[in-house]
Amino acid sequence: MMKNEQFNDRDVSEDYFKVDIAEYPTTGWDKFKRVVDRTFKIELFVGLWVVLREMFRFNIHTVKYPEEKMPIGPRYRAIHEMKRLWESDAERCIGCGLCEKICISNCIRIDTKIDKNSRKEVSEYSINLGRCIYCGYCAEVCPELAITHGGEYENASDQREHFTTYEDMLTPLDKMRAAKQLEFEGFGAITPHEDERVKKTPLAY
Amino acid sequence: METAYLIETVIKIVVILIVFSALAGIGTYFERKVLAFMQRRLGPMNVGPYGMLQFGADAIKLFTKEDIIPTNVVGPIFKIAPVITVATAFIAAAAIPFLPSFTIFGYQVNPIVSDINIGILYILGVMGVGLYGPLLGGMASANKFSLLSAARSAAVFISYEVVTGLSILAPIMLVGSLSLIDFNNYQIENGWIIFSQPVAFLLFWIAAFAETGRTPFHLVANDHEIIDGFGTEYSGMRWGLFYIGEYANMFFLSFVIPLLFLGGFGDGSILGAFALLGKMAFFFFFFLWTRAAWPDVRPDQLMWLCWKVLMPIAVINIIITGVVMMEG
Repeated sequence: MMKNEQFNDRDVSEDYFKVDIAEYPTTGWDKFKRVVDRTFKIELFVGLWVVLREMFRFNIHTVKYPEEKMPIGPRYRAIHEMKRLWESDAERCIGCGLCEKICISNCIRIDTKIDKNSRKEVSEYSINLGRCIYCGYCAEVCPELAITHGGEYENASDQREHFTTYEDMLTPLDKMRAAKQLEFEGFGAITPHEDERVKKTPLAY
Repeated sequence: METAYLIETVIKIVVILIVFSALAGIGTYFERKVLAFMQRRLGPMNVGPYGMLQFGADAIKLFTKEDIIPTNVVGPIFKIAPVITVATAFIAAAAIPFLPSFTIFGYQVNPIVSDINIGILYILGVMGVGLYGPLLGGMASANKFSLLSAARSAAVFISYEVVTGLSILAPIMLVGSLSLIDFNNYQIENGWIIFSQPVAFLLFWIAAFAETGRTPFHLVANDHEIIDGFGTEYSGMRWGLFYIGEYANMFFLSFVIPLLFLGGFGDGSILGAFALLGKMAFFFFFFLWTRAAWPDVRPDQLMWLCWKVLMPIAVINIIITGVVMMEG
């Protein structure tokens, strides 16, 4: 499971490189000094040296994309996933339809029916990925942490209307049994150690 | 004898055409690789090992692309402009000795198409005619950016013809001949001309960047400013001809600079031949190197540099050379 630490460490101050920008000359003498400075500093050759040094250092930063990929954060908002309950492998989605209502680009369509156990069950669920703006509201509003965002960002398609359905997004049962389901740490997810911080609420409240 | 000479000349011409057309293509590969390494990138990597066949892929693309003649362009001029660029570049190569003469199967070969007595003047003159490629292409394109580029190229090339001509005049006075073979022989006896004429060398080198339209003076076809200028409306092989012309020019000038100033191929030994190729490689590399390092100058700065700095220095250099020669 990917960890947040490498992304949470945002203190890059030791890598900061302050550019030395001199004051703009105002007096004639200062301007003259700047002209002399620029004429005899031969900065053109400094530039040549810098690029030549980088060439011989050969410190290449290219990521050869299809073969190599950059790591993405666990909070990354790409194609949605539907999670299952850890204790029973049942679907977490209760069919409340909040994600459909909050979706600001109207890309979610949900339809439900009452199953034989008098439990509400999702009968139709689709997300139009061509319309989705990956804002994360659906994941945030979901009371059951059922719909979340995953890390699958390679969703090029040959047409604009490009749907994903409930079955596609649902965690497969074999993955669930192997305990490989990843919890989403992003938008709307409970923060780590949330149970220590939450205040107990009386039931009658 | 006449027939043998004719056959030899035709073979030389064909070899130069083939070798330098191919070199122009391979030159684009080197340019992309060198620029990439200097910018911490990898450059072309996918076609062939380390992207070495990228040139072939580009050639296939250029040859098979549709040859578009847009509406409103002046057809015949539009079609002939790239040919002028590439033809003048190769015609200029006729007076360049690429290697010292060597013997093959008991037959003496001079790797120069024709050792004419006006050598360097002929080279500069024909390269000057190359101006008509961008100029006519830009004016015939019915495109404002192309027109801008045509105006710029006319201004730049004509201005820098002056600097090239004047800077080369002082070495010509020293050598007393215009033939590049005579330049080479003079430098065997008297040492490299760069030591007696460093100012002329620098001026000629700077002007070479303007003549080829390379980066510090790339405003002729400034991609980010006038969208490739005279080449905007061109596609397929006609655009490719412009490219081959530019790169062939770079290679020929990279030969001319060492021949004029850095001792050429020396005494004609195999070492001298390799030395000439090495010097050529350095000057070609320098064209790519500056592209990675230096910014472009504005057209007005370029004109300022030409007429107010380089030309007076060139004239003073000629006067001083003349005075020193009269004294000595």
